[in-house]
Amino acid sequence: MFVLEVFISGLLSGVMYSLVALGFVLIFKASGVFNFAQGAMVLLAALTFVRFIEMGIPLWLAAIMTFGVMIVLAIFIERFLLRPLVNQPLITLFMLTIGLNYFLEGLAQAVWDAEVHGLDIGIEDVPWVGLEQATGLLISMFDVISALIAMGLVIILSIVFNKTKVGRALRAVSNDHQAAMSVGIPLNRIWVIVWAMSGLVALVAGALWGTRLGVQFSLSIVALKALPVLILGGFNSIMGAIVAGLIIGASEKLGEVFLGPYVGGGIESFFPYVLAMMVLFWRPQGLFGDVIIERV
Amino acid sequence: MTATEEIQSAADQRISDEVLMSVRNIRLSFGGVKALRDVSFDIAKGEIRAIIGPNGAGKTSMLNVINGVYHPQEGTIFYKGKTGLMKPHEAATKGISRTFQNLALFRGMTTLDNIMTGRNMKIKRNFLWQALRWGPAQREESENREAVERVIGFLEIESIRKTPVGRLPYGLQKRVELGRALAAEPELLLLDEPMSGMNVEEKEDMCRFILDVNDEFGTTICLIEHDMSVVMDISDRVVVLDYGSKIADDTPNEVRANQAVIDAYLGVSH
Repeated sequence: MFVLEVFISGLLSGVMYSLVALGFVLIFKASGVFNFAQGAMVLLAALTFVRFIEMGIPLWLAAIMTFGVMIVLAIFIERFLLRPLVNQPLITLFMLTIGLNYFLEGLAQAVWDAEVHGLDIGIEDVPWVGLEQATGLLISMFDVISALIAMGLVIILSIVFNKTKVGRALRAVSNDHQAAMSVGIPLNRIWVIVWAMSGLVALVAGALWGTRLGVQFSLSIVALKALPVLILGGFNSIMGAIVAGLIIGASEKLGEVFLGPYVGGGIESFFPYVLAMMVLFWRPQGLFGDVIIERV
Repeated sequence: MTATEEIQSAADQRISDEVLMSVRNIRLSFGGVKALRDVSFDIAKGEIRAIIGPNGAGKTSMLNVINGVYHPQEGTIFYKGKTGLMKPHEAATKGISRTFQNLALFRGMTTLDNIMTGRNMKIKRNFLWQALRWGPAQREESENREAVERVIGFLEIESIRKTPVGRLPYGLQKRVELGRALAAEPELLLLDEPMSGMNVEEKEDMCRFILDVNDEFGTTICLIEHDMSVVMDISDRVVVLDYGSKIADDTPNEVRANQAVIDAYLGVSH
C-alpha cells in the first residue's frame, strides 16, 4: 500500500516536471533551439500572475491578463531578437536565449519585486478524502488537480501540433527555414505563436509550482528539473516529455524510498540525472526523439 | 512541315503572348560585390525560361530576387498585373513555388508530409476545426491528400511515400522537392539547378518531368542550370548572365551561336 502511494505521488509530481519540459519542447520543435530562458519565463509568468492577484484582480482575469503579457513578450522577442537573426547558426540563437534568461530574470524582479509571494489558486494541498475512504490511499488533492490541468494542456498541445496546419507549419519551420518560407509559411507569425504557446505553458507551470513552493526566484531553477526529462524523452517529442516526466517522477520517489537508505538518503535530487545518462548510452535521441538520420 | 517547324508551332500554341512576370532593371549588391547589374527580362505565360551562366554569374541571386529572399537596391518586379517586391511567403501564396540548389527539404519528415507542406496555404479551415477533425475540415484534409497523391503518382515516387526524406538518395530527394513545389499548384515554378549532382539517367527523368509539368498543367517554368546541353534541349528562351550582367536573351539556337556567350563560357580576357 505504501509503495503504491509513493508510486502514485511520484507519477503526479512527474506530471509537473512534464509541464516544465513541455515549454522547452515547444520551442525546440519550432526552432531547433534549446531555450535557456524557459525558467525565467516561468518566473516572470508566476510573478506577474501573483502580483495581479494581490492587486485584487479575480483569478481568471489575472490568468488571462498574464497570458496577455506573455503574448506581448512573444511579439517583442520575435520582432527584436529573432527576426534580425534569421538564418544564423543555431548556436547564436542559443546564446541569445542565455542573454534573454538574465534579462527576463532581472525584468521580472525589477517590475515586480524579489520577495517571496504566497500564491493561492483555490486548491488545497490536503489528502483526497474520498479516495482515502475508498482505498485508504493518501494522495494530495492538489497533485491530482494539477495533474489533470497539465494533462488537459498536453492533450490540446499535441492535437494542435500533430493534426493541424499550424502544427505542420511548426514542424516545417524547425526542419528548414528557407524551405518553410518557400512553401508560404510566414516564419515571423509561427515564431510568435510558438513563443506565446510556451509562455502559456510557463504560466501554468509557474502557477502550479508557485502554489507549492511560493512564487520566488528559485522558481526559475525548477527548469533544471526539466533537463533529465528532456534527455530521457527526447527534445522534440511532446509525448516523450510526458512519459519521461512520469518515469522520472515515479522512479526518483521509489529510488529514494528503496535505494536511499543504503547510500544514506538524498538520492532524489540526482537520481533523474543518472537515469537520463543511462538512456543516453542506449538511445542518444531519447526514448521518443526523432530518429537521427545520417547519410555518409 | 519540317520537324523543327512542327516543334515551333507546338511551342507557339503553348506559350501565350501574355507576360506573366517581368523583371526590371534589377541591381543587387552585397557590400562591394555587385551580384546583379541592371538585369531586365520577362517571362511569358506558359513558357520554359532558362537562366544560364558560368559559376558566380548571379543566377541564384536572380532567382532569390524573384521570390523575395533578397530585396534588390534598385529595380522592381512586375507579376500578374502588379508591380512590387514580395517576401518569400507572400510569393508562395501568389502562386510562385521554388526548389533550391542545395536541397531544402524537411529531412525528418516523410515524403508524404514534405509534399503535404506544399499545400499548407491551400488549407483554409481554422485550426480548431482541424483539431476536431470534423465536417468541412475533414473533407478539406482528404481533398488535399488526394492532390498530394496525384503529385506522388505523377513523379513516380509511390514506393517512398512513407520514407523519411533524409534517407533517400540525392536524386530522389530532388524529386521530392519538386513534388513539394508542385503540390502548391504554382503558376510560376522556379527551379534552381534541378539537375545538379545527378547521373545521366536521373537527369533524363528530371527533364521529362519538367517538360510534362509544363505540358500537362501549363505551368510556367523558370529554371537555372549551368549545364548548357540540358537547358538548350528543354527551354523555349534563354537568358545568359555573366558577372551579374545580362549578355544574351534569345532562343536556344541563337544563344548557342552568340559570340558573347561562347566567350563567357570558354573564358576570354575581359
